[in-house]
Amino acid sequence: METKNIMIVGVGGQGTLLTSRILGKLAINAKYDVKLSEVHGMAQRGGSVVTFVRYGKNVAEPIVEAGQADVLIAFERLEALRYLHFLKKDGVIIVNDQRIDPITVVTGAAEYPEGILDTLKAAHTTYAIDAMAEAKKLGNSKTFNIVVLGMAAQHMDYSKEDWLEVIASTVPPKTVDINLKAFEIGWNHA
Amino acid sequence: MENQAILLGNEAIARGAYEAGVKVSAAYPGTPSTEISENIVKYKEIYSEWSPNEKVAMEVAIGASISGVRAMASMKHVGVNVAADPLYTISYSGVNGGLVLVAADDPGMYSSQNEQDTRCVARAAQVPVLEPSDSQDAKDFIKFAFEMSEKYDTPVIVRTTTRLAHSQGLVELCERKEIEDKPYERNIQKYVMMPAMAQKRHLVVEARTKAMIEDGCTFPINKVEYNDLSVGFITSGIPYTYVKEAMPNASVLKLGMVNPLPRKLIEEFASKVDTLYIFEELDPVIEEQVKSWGIKCIGKEIFTIQGEYSANMIRKAVLKEDLDLATPATVPARPPILCPGCPHRSVYSVLSKLKIHAAGDIGCYTLGALAPLSVVDTTVCMGSSISTLHGMEKAKGKDYIKNWVAVIGDSTFMHTGVNSLMNMVYNKGTGTVMILDNSITGMTGHQDHAGTGKTLMGEPTNAISNYNLCKTLGIEHVYEVDAFNIKELEEVIKRETQREEISVIITKAPCVLLKGNVFPNKCVADPEKCKKCGMCLKPGCPALTKQPDGTIRIDDTMCNGCGLCRQLCKFDAIKEVPVNGN
Repeated sequence: METKNIMIVGVGGQGTLLTSRILGKLAINAKYDVKLSEVHGMAQRGGSVVTFVRYGKNVAEPIVEAGQADVLIAFERLEALRYLHFLKKDGVIIVNDQRIDPITVVTGAAEYPEGILDTLKAAHTTYAIDAMAEAKKLGNSKTFNIVVLGMAAQHMDYSKEDWLEVIASTVPPKTVDINLKAFEIGWNHA
Repeated sequence: MENQAILLGNEAIARGAYEAGVKVSAAYPGTPSTEISENIVKYKEIYSEWSPNEKVAMEVAIGASISGVRAMASMKHVGVNVAADPLYTISYSGVNGGLVLVAADDPGMYSSQNEQDTRCVARAAQVPVLEPSDSQDAKDFIKFAFEMSEKYDTPVIVRTTTRLAHSQGLVELCERKEIEDKPYERNIQKYVMMPAMAQKRHLVVEARTKAMIEDGCTFPINKVEYNDLSVGFITSGIPYTYVKEAMPNASVLKLGMVNPLPRKLIEEFASKVDTLYIFEELDPVIEEQVKSWGIKCIGKEIFTIQGEYSANMIRKAVLKEDLDLATPATVPARPPILCPGCPHRSVYSVLSKLKIHAAGDIGCYTLGALAPLSVVDTTVCMGSSISTLHGMEKAKGKDYIKNWVAVIGDSTFMHTGVNSLMNMVYNKGTGTVMILDNSITGMTGHQDHAGTGKTLMGEPTNAISNYNLCKTLGIEHVYEVDAFNIKELEEVIKRETQREEISVIITKAPCVLLKGNVFPNKCVADPEKCKKCGMCLKPGCPALTKQPDGTIRIDDTMCNGCGLCRQLCKFDAIKEVPVNGN
């Protein structure tokens, strides 16, 4: 199998590290070689953050480079646009349709782009979901990233059972049920 | 493979220390090295601590080594500067139990103030450097480093980079090898570096380096991979993986030891390949030496001296491939910011209102340099705020600094700020020092320090009080103020900056992300009462957005209910409501 390149992008504090832990466990359970690369430290404080996950037979470098991502998972739509050029020509976008203003927008130094979803759709097959609204309906807004992951799961190489098993063993014990429900919502979202 | 795990580079380093039989580990947190100690503490066989700074950490490890056990110190690259004093001299003394320093460089400066290359420090200190390429290497190289340290009687640096430290990869786990303590024998020729002894030890160091240059040619960590001989790469660390990705058929000399260089091995490799590239991030350390031996090679002519490398860099510069990449979209930047509910924002909102300049320091609060707060004017290194302000006063006089303060975090104050404060007391400074005490080392992700009352190993301990410490130094005017009480803060800052005597203002409120820190309320805006004045937006809280009609909306998933915006609103248009009270 050719190495699969996944990118998870978002705003620091949105839980990209939890997501990458889940993807790492899935790959190791499926006996793939796997490498992940994360951002720790200052950039996590509300900055733009990116996590790379690569799995396959033999993985050399830990990063996904421009033009190579098979799946771009974005927890915020401006961040999807920022990393759009990392996708392969036939790469797929999974985007949480949420807007978080960067400080440059808050201070008026820049404007938040309009029509991001249209731009994404014109360039690549794009699946969008308002995961925050779905997570709030479930009663725990923090589960929104698992909703997004549920949608992304349709574009990776693992069975639904694999996903449920790994999520159950990764999220805090008290939140297993609600996170599994969150995953179902994403998984079933067309 | 039963004993396989997926480990972060830093986790693998910790595992390596465990397997190598390390007994003592000391460190000061610093991205990208912090997780080493956070993982070492999971191994009960190792004593581990957060020291107040890297110099102390290095010396703790040195003491443990001299006493006869394997010891490790970990720090980020700029921490090595702080630890440089003991490092340069322990290089002369050598070791008893194995001594390893893990130094984490930050190409691309993801979380650092400079991009210095630890290999240059190591060359000056005449200390060998090993550089792993992935998590498996990281574990293996730590173990090899301890063997080398004892065999060659030298401290050994294992150099990592952000990309290695924060990447995960598969690692084979092994058992811990218990190492018997070496007997301690008094030996002042080796452990007391007075001139007469040091002169003799310098010769030992030179001989040791020569031996490693020879022996390095057969070290298993230096690997030659002959493939297509028309192109050869000499590389190390993470860049090795980029070579394998972009040109899997090229010949490669992967150097596990990057200082000193195994000259014969390099000369032999160079003689066998037609075109030789040196592919190393940051400074041309390998390249300049190889060129000085009269070997033709290509390096910084086509590869940058700045930032991280990539496989695409090789595809473009060596293979001349047209990568046909999409142009990145033009989008607003998203720099890091203070979190919603961060006590620093509250303090800075007051300084900003009073138009006070701050000599800044290293921590989350450095972000106060950026708009809209724009309070911090200078940031150099850990602990520099207080001494920088003192220097300004001595240059320009007391009046000049009446609209200045020094701002420093609680952990940074313990690190090296306290020395600067002593200087200010001793040399009759009149500056105003603000210790932004959020009860933790914040930016690196919540590590305890000498003021928190808890050790790295989770034991309760004496918490050094900043207030008492300042008082003990003989400072009369020391005040503790709630960081979120902006009215009181304003009064105290106004008064103390005008005072022609040294004063310390300790602002207190725990980091908003600190575990167990519960904010019972959230802030809610009332669009009916909102006069669209924008006062609440001034501190730049990310939970607040201006609606198209000019009123304010507060995002309930982001707001932590600190109440700063409520205090700033003159029209009672923001209310704090209980989180679960609807």
